[in-house]
Amino acid sequence: MGGIQKKKFERGSATNYITRNKARKKLQLSLPDFRRLCILKGIYPHEPKHKKKVNKGSTAPRTFYLLKDIRFLLHEPIVGKFRDYKVFVRKLKKAYGKTEWSAVERLRENKPTYKLDHIIKERYPTFIDALRDIEDALCMCFLFSTFARTGKCHVQTIQLCRRLAVEWMNYVIASRALRKVFISIKGIYYQAEVMGQLITWLVPYQFSHDHPTDVDYRVMATFTELYTTLLGFVNFRLYHSLNLVYPPKLDSKSNLELKEESEDDYAMNSECYLEKLSALSASLARVVSSTEEDEAEPDQFPVEEEDMEKMEAREKEQKQQEAQKKLFEGLRFFLNREVPRESLAFVIRCFGGEVSWDKSVCIGSTYEVTDETITHQIVDRPNTDQQYINRYYFQPQWVYDCVNAKMLLPVEDYFIGVTLPPHLSPFVEEKDGDYVPPEKLKIMALQRGEKTDHEQEEEEEEDVEGEDEEEEDDVDEEEDDEEEEAEEENLKKMEEQRTQGKSLQVRVTPGKLKTENQARLEQEEKAEEKRLAIMMMKKKEKYLYDKIMFGKKRKVREANKLAAKRKAYDDAEKAKKKKPRK
Amino acid sequence: MAESRGNVRSPEQRGKMKKCGEKTPKKRSKDEEDLFHLQIFVFNSKPAVEELEDEDLSDSEDSVYSGLEDSGSDSEDDEEQGSHEDDNVEAESVRSQIEFDLSCSPLERHLCSFALQTEKKKGAVEEETKKDEYEHDSSDEEDIRNTVGNIPMEWYKDFPHIGYDLDGKKIYKPIRNKDELDDFLDKMENPDYWRTIHDKQTGNDIVLSDEQVELVNRLQRGQFGDVNFNEYQPSVDFFSKDVMLHPVTNRPADKRSFIPSLIEKEKVSKLVHAIKMGWIKPRRVEDDSRGRYYNLWASEDSSILAKHRMHLPAPKISLPGHQESYNPPPEYLFTDEERALWEQQDPSDRKLPFVPMKFSSLRQVPAFPRFIHERFERCLDLYLCPRQRKLRVNVNPEDLIPKLPKPKDLQPFPTTQSLVYRGHSSLVRSISVSPSGQWLASGSDDGSVRFWEVCSSRCMKTVQVGGVVKSVAWNPNPSFCLLAVALDSVVLILSPCLADRQVISSSERLLFGQQEAESVEGAASVTWVEAEGDELNQGIRLKIQHPKAVHQVAWHAKGDYLASVMPDHSSHLQVFIHQVSRRRSQNPFRRNKGLVQCVSFHPVRPYFFVATQRSVRIYNLIKQEMTKKLQANSKWISSMAVHPGGDHVICGSYDCRLSWFDLDLSTKPYKMLRHHKKAVRGVAYHRVYPLFASASDDGSVIVCHGTVYNDLLQNPLIVPVKVLRGHVISHDLGVLDVTFHPTQPWIFSSGADATIRLFT
Repeated sequence: MGGIQKKKFERGSATNYITRNKARKKLQLSLPDFRRLCILKGIYPHEPKHKKKVNKGSTAPRTFYLLKDIRFLLHEPIVGKFRDYKVFVRKLKKAYGKTEWSAVERLRENKPTYKLDHIIKERYPTFIDALRDIEDALCMCFLFSTFARTGKCHVQTIQLCRRLAVEWMNYVIASRALRKVFISIKGIYYQAEVMGQLITWLVPYQFSHDHPTDVDYRVMATFTELYTTLLGFVNFRLYHSLNLVYPPKLDSKSNLELKEESEDDYAMNSECYLEKLSALSASLARVVSSTEEDEAEPDQFPVEEEDMEKMEAREKEQKQQEAQKKLFEGLRFFLNREVPRESLAFVIRCFGGEVSWDKSVCIGSTYEVTDETITHQIVDRPNTDQQYINRYYFQPQWVYDCVNAKMLLPVEDYFIGVTLPPHLSPFVEEKDGDYVPPEKLKIMALQRGEKTDHEQEEEEEEDVEGEDEEEEDDVDEEEDDEEEEAEEENLKKMEEQRTQGKSLQVRVTPGKLKTENQARLEQEEKAEEKRLAIMMMKKKEKYLYDKIMFGKKRKVREANKLAAKRKAYDDAEKAKKKKPRK
Repeated sequence: MAESRGNVRSPEQRGKMKKCGEKTPKKRSKDEEDLFHLQIFVFNSKPAVEELEDEDLSDSEDSVYSGLEDSGSDSEDDEEQGSHEDDNVEAESVRSQIEFDLSCSPLERHLCSFALQTEKKKGAVEEETKKDEYEHDSSDEEDIRNTVGNIPMEWYKDFPHIGYDLDGKKIYKPIRNKDELDDFLDKMENPDYWRTIHDKQTGNDIVLSDEQVELVNRLQRGQFGDVNFNEYQPSVDFFSKDVMLHPVTNRPADKRSFIPSLIEKEKVSKLVHAIKMGWIKPRRVEDDSRGRYYNLWASEDSSILAKHRMHLPAPKISLPGHQESYNPPPEYLFTDEERALWEQQDPSDRKLPFVPMKFSSLRQVPAFPRFIHERFERCLDLYLCPRQRKLRVNVNPEDLIPKLPKPKDLQPFPTTQSLVYRGHSSLVRSISVSPSGQWLASGSDDGSVRFWEVCSSRCMKTVQVGGVVKSVAWNPNPSFCLLAVALDSVVLILSPCLADRQVISSSERLLFGQQEAESVEGAASVTWVEAEGDELNQGIRLKIQHPKAVHQVAWHAKGDYLASVMPDHSSHLQVFIHQVSRRRSQNPFRRNKGLVQCVSFHPVRPYFFVATQRSVRIYNLIKQEMTKKLQANSKWISSMAVHPGGDHVICGSYDCRLSWFDLDLSTKPYKMLRHHKKAVRGVAYHRVYPLFASASDDGSVIVCHGTVYNDLLQNPLIVPVKVLRGHVISHDLGVLDVTFHPTQPWIFSSGADATIRLFT
């Protein structure tokens, strides 16, 4: 009989996976180093299909990595650098212990360093790959750039993050790539379209952070190390795609202007250059001084008729986009000192507006409050002392809402001291059946070109009516049920009387003609049919079906709940309004 | 130098010594007085000693010891001695005497040496003009003219000499011509007597000069021997906290400072070696390429490495909705209950990780406290979470519903409730329809059996049987009109007299025809009793007394045989088959195979179905053996019905299931139907139409279409066609029994609400 006895766990899925500890031993790295390596190389654990098989029969909870991944890590030159660093630390400690300061100095000078360029190239073989994964990098850089320069992480890191973030913002301004903005309670979300990729990032509000104790900053620092490298290369490439100088330089013209005014306030030129850049008020220098960008007219291709519509739609969209890009063109804004300067300046500049602020707020202001050409002044305080007649004073939400609506909204709702209309998320795309807040409907109507308020109100009312109708349907059903029940009761009574043998008072009454609703009957029949068919479903399918239906029902329920809440709120508001009238 | 000095000094000293020589003999004998002197001397000098110690203790001590033992200086003095032997003898002897006496303690010795120094200096002071390098040398010279050493001089008392000089020649005692009288005279006459000292060692008398006396006096007063010495000189603090510009000492540089250091050489050679071996690397050139960016994607070749990995890009963070806005629409804000719920929930269960908040203006928005947390959690997700490609089921739920033939096409089947039979006062356990379809019999917990006319819902007859009726069964043979009723431990055979006379008479004949012939053969445990009197009037014809409570009765299709069930765990006496015509009973089973729930006869062939808790056994009555055992896959079978064709069986069970067995296919159910929400109580087949029904505790009767094909290759088609509702649930019991009309597509159901309903 036959052959060599097969041993367990020597082939199949057990050999494809490796536990974390074994991987660590294979790489001869300490756990923190292993972690860093995994972060840098983008290696993550895998969940095997049959955990017990992979775990060699044990059910203990373990983290598994693909063996292939770990083998791939084996050839990583950075592993050698990690080891060098370990040795360096050991030597340094020894030198310190012996108080050999010259040795310490020498070691310090020869501190091993590593570069992550090849890892970036390896992880993101094409530029588009890198762009797709840049969201986290941006979020992290913007977060780190707001850290205080004490403790927690190196000052160089913070400076680098700040630099990269400013570079990114300058690029977005230069390319007018911003699409959507959303002020949330967490921070401000921006969405830009860069090379066809939608990139969303979150910027925290400008407050000092309350650093939590249960966060491992080493992990964050490792990520930041990777992300700064990535973002740097991406920025470089993006700047070059726009023929901009990298590292960014201010336009010579604007540079001069800035210099004139700021030289006396800021001592060190080197320091204030980044400041000037981050003021976001001046355009950047270009490699090739181009005249105003000539819009590349898309060539017309002969197309099939079916595609014509699509093409047209695309063209229309493009036009809209172009219009959005020039949303604030020709407007001159002035920011009061209490509004978030960086965010507003960024947004306004992204859409072609001109912006300035008080000189004492930040470097780089281009005109004063007293300038007569200012058209809009953004204020975030209950009232202002001095008002110029020829400009609007309004709250900052207007800017963001305009961007999201892709049009200039009426300013009236945003005046100083006015209760602001709700700020909606531009990222929500309602499908039919979802709840749409009435404010969104209003904006949509505005976008379609319907302007008068009355119409909107009517629309709203119609909506309400529609809802009412639905409700009425429900009521109808209930009524029907009630009728049936009543009939039954009558019958019962009669029967009882009959059975009890009482002499019936026989009376002939003209019967009512029962009008059967044909359509309704049909519907009911169909429903019944469906119910019976559902009964015959297989167990597995039934489970799936129930799950899907449950999800659907929940959605409807949630939408209904929101609508009901809104209705209650509106009613309450109306009642409030009425009361003072009386 | 020393010689010349000695020469210079000698004439003066000589003169002095001559004086001394004259006076010494007078004092020589006065030992005691000397001692006394010295004691005073010591006594008085103590404070001075202390002062000395304060001044420079180490120096003086050093000098004492070195002076006493320094032979080098001795030799110098000896040279001197050679020339001026006589001059110094006396002074020296004084000193040695003092030494001798005071050699006990180092302090005193020190004093003495000091005294001697001063004595010497005195000489030096006289010739101040002379300067030599040893001027300040304080080392102790001891000139030894008598070499006897440190011995008591009494030992030489009887000798003419007093010792030996350095050349070994005897030193003779001075000629003692002085007696006591002389001494006394000397004392009285000699004015210098008080300053005359007897030197024991040389035996001479020494007369102290004025300076010497002065010195002694000074010492006794505790003053310095040197008159010119200023003891209150201002002190100079050399070693202070101030860093000096120049060294304190004026010492010339050492030799080692001119010679290249060996240690340094060693170190350098080590460094050279280390550099040679490559252990020490030269200072690295500052590498500034780290923060420098370039076009990384200049040549975009998709790297092979990235291809071979099963890499899944991390999912992006979901975009924020309206709730996250700083100024959301009012409907997105939490109400108080929602907020309380949110706070109660575990963070992982929460639908939103934050509470929506509304701020009236942008300046009031605070920092988000969990911002860093969230970013950190994202980081953790990126490197710690296993990623999996999840196939989202994108199914249209309508597609999942099986396509069945429309119930419309499967008509006829009962659809509406048309009649309700009321009359019973308690739950109706069992119903049965006469084979003609005209009559309906029902047995109830109120102890009555009622006969209804089907079409008019009239109760034609009520028989009070006096017990809970468990089961009723109409004889299926249309030529008889008999009803079997099970109550307690009795099975009654009723003849309701609701048929043609011919039929009644034939049934009477069946009951009483061969009565005498076979009465003896009845099984011992079962007794057949004929009803009498009142019971007879009511229509009860026969009573079959069983040993235990009977739960079910079932007729054979021919109408002669009757099976009764007495469920019991422990006995094999669970089923009896009675032959009515012969009044014979028999227990077909010898062994207990489980709790029997119900039994049924095969409609055409001699088979007998016995349903136990979990399975259905099929026995061949002719061969008297089990042919098949059907596994119901349910916990507890409640009821069973056999298809009129005889090839299919349905079983209802208390765990809400209905199982359809195809006897040709397998012993496992061909189909399990889970239509009911509660226990299935009764099942029934229609005799003619392809219909079957199940009744359940949830108050519904479900009618299904079940076509059975003659073609063996085609499996039965089962389609539910109607859910009939009408019965009211009472005491958690709904519909208890269900039966079809024998000819029409009608169905009867009896419920716990004491009604029977007809659906047509």
